[in-house]
Amino acid sequence: MQKRGREEERERSEAKTGHRLVGARSGSEMKVMVAVKRVVDYAVKIRVKPDKSGVETSNVKMSMNPFCEIALEEALRIREAGTAAEVVAVSVGPAQCVDTLRTALAMGADRAIHVDAGAAPVLPLSVAKILKALVQVEQPGLLILGKQAIDDDCNQTGQMIAGLLRWPQGTFASKVVLDKEKQVATVEREVDGGIETLSLDLPAVITTDLRLNQPRYATLPNIMKAKSKVIKKVTPAELNVELKPDLEVVQVAEPPKRKAGVIVSSVDELIHKLKNEARIL
Amino acid sequence: MAAVAMLKRCLLRNRRPFSALSPSPPSSASPPIRGSLSRFVSTLVLAEHEGGLVKQSSLSAIAAAAVVNKEKSVTVLLGGSGLALRKAASHAASCHPSVSQVLVADADILVHPLAETWAELVNFVQHQGNYSHIITTSNSFGKNVLPRAAALLDVSPVTDVVEIAEPHLFIRPIYAGNALCTVRYAGKGPCMMTIRSTSFTLPSCSTETKSVEAPISQVDLSTFDEGSVPKSRWLKLVSQESERPDLGNARVVVTGGRGLKSAENFKLLEKLAEKLGAAVGATRAAVDAGFVPNDLQVGQTGKIVAPELYMAFGVSGAIQHLAGMRDSKVIVAINKDADAPIFQVADYGLVADLFEVIPELIEKLPDKK
Repeated sequence: MQKRGREEERERSEAKTGHRLVGARSGSEMKVMVAVKRVVDYAVKIRVKPDKSGVETSNVKMSMNPFCEIALEEALRIREAGTAAEVVAVSVGPAQCVDTLRTALAMGADRAIHVDAGAAPVLPLSVAKILKALVQVEQPGLLILGKQAIDDDCNQTGQMIAGLLRWPQGTFASKVVLDKEKQVATVEREVDGGIETLSLDLPAVITTDLRLNQPRYATLPNIMKAKSKVIKKVTPAELNVELKPDLEVVQVAEPPKRKAGVIVSSVDELIHKLKNEARIL
Repeated sequence: MAAVAMLKRCLLRNRRPFSALSPSPPSSASPPIRGSLSRFVSTLVLAEHEGGLVKQSSLSAIAAAAVVNKEKSVTVLLGGSGLALRKAASHAASCHPSVSQVLVADADILVHPLAETWAELVNFVQHQGNYSHIITTSNSFGKNVLPRAAALLDVSPVTDVVEIAEPHLFIRPIYAGNALCTVRYAGKGPCMMTIRSTSFTLPSCSTETKSVEAPISQVDLSTFDEGSVPKSRWLKLVSQESERPDLGNARVVVTGGRGLKSAENFKLLEKLAEKLGAAVGATRAAVDAGFVPNDLQVGQTGKIVAPELYMAFGVSGAIQHLAGMRDSKVIVAINKDADAPIFQVADYGLVADLFEVIPELIEKLPDKK
């Protein structure tokens, strides 16, 4: 309890003094911030609501977005390699995001920040603005996000926050090498034609692709330990961020169903069907 | 008061759409100024080029721009340097009837697709041209650059648009394509989007010629400041050389999953692909196991394909894979497991051992024309 009080106090003083920490926190004292999102579990077959207002999310299994797990794992590895001193996990959304942050803490994040934005979905631009505000408070040397959330499939937030901060970006990363001395990150990116390599000056934003790493599981002792770690709560208003809904969801519908197919019994029949029925060969 | 004056100056500046652009002779015809500029739909397409041609995927973005833009005033923006850029510009000028202007940003810093530079370029060009829409392709280039540019312009972009219902009403897939979301852009800035290229294909667009070529103008980069010190550097691109057609535009795609068991066995699939003139794709399991490089992955997080024929060998059909191929015209699945989910989307299914089926197919299929 006392420890928690001390940490909160430290955070408050950090928030006030702002860039006093820039110098002190560079190099080995670098802080890594990771954004994590709570989404419908990747294995769930989603259902569209009958009134077409959205996708059913009540009584559905929710988990941390898989790309966010990879982002967090990478941050933890950077800390374990001695390049960073602290990993801070951030989540924007309703009260239940705290569960996702607990998972992050159980995996090994040092502390967490929950930006309580209420139940309505928040657009990537607003998330980026919130993260920008937090970056200005926390002064991390590196910001790691997943490349996309598997619910909205936007693939925007990392790029947008990099733009707002005018930091360099290494998106769709499959390998990240940090050079503490030179303050650069070498990032291998998964692009359409193959693998592209970039060198970015820190501070930078990195978004993770699937092949960056294999996230660890939280062990039971770490899950217990996570319960005593700090989750700070703030609101967008406290960060002076106005949520801007410039995109309206008009409706959410089911995609057209494919007509039932047939099971053929041999290669000959398959070729025959492709030639004469589908007329494709 | 000062703020109002500044706003007025901004508006005035924006009312002269092409002021900072110097048209290169002989194409000096600048677009006529319309009566009501506020209702004027003018679309900027951010395009990529390769080997002196606008990339096929960018031609899809131009096709999408033509859907938004009934007034045939699509501006294509190309960046790079040298002869390759000039050749691509003349291709862009004649590739589609809706293209009314080609903008060329000639600078060495634009040769490599660095998001930092390109996003600033889009921002720069938008402030001069005041476009109502900015469109690019939802590939690794577009997804990297456009959201960053949108943040600079304080706009929420729309990812992976599959249908344009109205100039501000779009349909896009969410939840790995298991739902289609209709969104309306209600913001004040330009409407920015990446489009799914398989949803905006043009038959023989690349060979289509216009009687009158669109004028080509240089973007005046003398005041372009992409950040005084570059914060990112392009080091290299390692790509797999392949004789196969491009996965994104192939007419036929053959895909292997975990069932192929080894990289060696993928060679068998390549032989079949050769016979069919097909591109080879893979599932995440096959890529993770190291059978094939990552750029062959088809799915929610890999490439989205919609060929005429998609043949899946040893693919179970996870939600994430189906997201990348469910719009294929004809789907064929070959799997030992009769309960594999892939059979629920397949038009033709064959429950059999792929190691027997593939050689038989290679033997019995007619040669490609």
